[in-house]
Amino acid sequence: MAEIITDKTMDEIEILAKLHLTAAEKEKSRGEMQRMLDYVDMLNRLDTSDVEPLTHIFPVENVFRDDEVEESTPKEQLLANAPQEKDGQFLVPKTIG
Amino acid sequence: MHITDHTATELAEKIKLGEIGVTEAVKASLERIGASERAVGAFLTVEPEKALERAREVEDGIRSGRYAGPLAGVPVAVKDNICTNGTRTTCASRILENFVPFYDATAVKLLEDAGMVILGKTNMDEFAMGSTTETSAFAVTKNPWNTGHVPGGSSGGSCAAVAAGECFAALGSDTGGSIRQPSSYCGVAGIKPTYGTVSRYGLIAYASSLDQIGPIGRSVSDCAALLSVIAAHDEKDSTSVKRGDTDFMSALGDSPRGLRIGIPNEYLSDGLDPDVRDAVGRAAEWLKDAGATVDCFDLGLMEYTIPTYYVIASAEASSNLERFDGVKYGYRAAEYEGLHDMYKRSRSEGFGEEVKRRIMLGSFVLSSGYYDAYYLKALRVKALIKRAFDDAFSRFDIILGPAAPTAAPKLGTSLSDPMKMYLSDIYTVAVNLAGLPGLSVPCTVNGLGLPVGVQLIGDCFAEKKLFTAGAAIEAARAADGETRFTRPVSVCGGAEEAAHTGKECAR
Repeated sequence: MAEIITDKTMDEIEILAKLHLTAAEKEKSRGEMQRMLDYVDMLNRLDTSDVEPLTHIFPVENVFRDDEVEESTPKEQLLANAPQEKDGQFLVPKTIG
Repeated sequence: MHITDHTATELAEKIKLGEIGVTEAVKASLERIGASERAVGAFLTVEPEKALERAREVEDGIRSGRYAGPLAGVPVAVKDNICTNGTRTTCASRILENFVPFYDATAVKLLEDAGMVILGKTNMDEFAMGSTTETSAFAVTKNPWNTGHVPGGSSGGSCAAVAAGECFAALGSDTGGSIRQPSSYCGVAGIKPTYGTVSRYGLIAYASSLDQIGPIGRSVSDCAALLSVIAAHDEKDSTSVKRGDTDFMSALGDSPRGLRIGIPNEYLSDGLDPDVRDAVGRAAEWLKDAGATVDCFDLGLMEYTIPTYYVIASAEASSNLERFDGVKYGYRAAEYEGLHDMYKRSRSEGFGEEVKRRIMLGSFVLSSGYYDAYYLKALRVKALIKRAFDDAFSRFDIILGPAAPTAAPKLGTSLSDPMKMYLSDIYTVAVNLAGLPGLSVPCTVNGLGLPVGVQLIGDCFAEKKLFTAGAAIEAARAADGETRFTRPVSVCGGAEEAAHTGKECAR
């Protein structure tokens, strides 16, 4: 049996996903998520106890390079797409009371 | 023959011989866009002035020998999740509505280096999440063959643009079938290359372990030529693979004689539309006639591929899309209370429904207490799926099957039931999970006038075999008198148009 998605689980998902949902949206999402997890539950029919999780198809190795100073992207380009900027910096809402 | 009736490689050849000018070709594409866009809606951004300026530059470059490649001078389109320096790149999402990158994706830079001319950016499902291009926040793209139907997705804009003759080729991206399925629906050829073949630098990430950029063309040879242009090792992408065999055009003339083709029994089971079954059957016959052997076999694990895919893809999406927080780029909500509320409101207002659905599922399967049961479990099943393909490729050179269970569905019929939409990816997602190359080739046209393609799947790095077999299918199709893939009838309108394409429009 798949995990039961409760209202409390939805509250936690809202925090993790950084989304704001109305009560109606939350209820709809809860139903959809439950249906999806019930479906995904079929994976438990497969015995994978001695199978390693496969993250990369090809072996990935650390790529080393010399630590050389290079020209970086100019600040004004990086700030050009910012919703708000001030004095050459990203402007965010006040975070310290 | 109208300029836009040429394939990309034919056009490039005539440009090289001086028979067609680059500016002339770009103008012809722009005219075609002007005539067809109202019906098709493939583009989100078209930049005529930039394209014409670039055409003059390329003309000089061809004259001076700077651009000597097989696609120099060819007008192309780029999917709107691939960054283009100075040109708006939206992922068809409100959250990136005004995003203008200050750099080119590596694949785009390689197009430019090859002397190709970018016409504009094509519509897609928002953040490539969807199978119909209907989750786009900005526009509805229609299938050029029958405008009551979807073009497929998520690279629906790129495939529709190529099918409608608005460009000679296009770049798409494929995370779970997003090049191969719309290619099948739109009657064009498209390939998802082996993972790591094309750099993902500048491709706005959906699921990084599955995403690949790939070419879409009117012919298999156009796909091979364009893949040769964009396949290169790139130190800016840590998963980029060093491979030397990127001259894909060399495989086009090879005989398919002796190729061992396998058709998984599961691929022909219940739920498959008779038109699609017929297309797979015809492709098998054509390949057999050309000297290949065709056998059915049990691939296994088919029903597990979709749940595995959606767990892994959603998990990666939830992580990748955390960067959209209303601070560095993209949409910021107008009203909020404090930093955290700003994040939540910006994301809730900026993302569409399907994107939020996947972010929520991904956040859940990665969360403490569920990570092992869902995410790690899916990665273990992925290992089993990879093994099943390894086993198949010990016996076969190519796996033949459908690209989608049906031809293109009607507009407005897919989004109401997300689960049903996910299930339509049944023939494509496993290829991404196993990192394999998959080529979609147009095969037949059904009773509604909609194209049906087939999919050829190869082992890692076996693109050349796919191009050999794909070219053989194309040749056999032409020999059978199947010429309907040259031009969709529905976009042929107006006297000027009819004069260009003559008989085809009269049909």
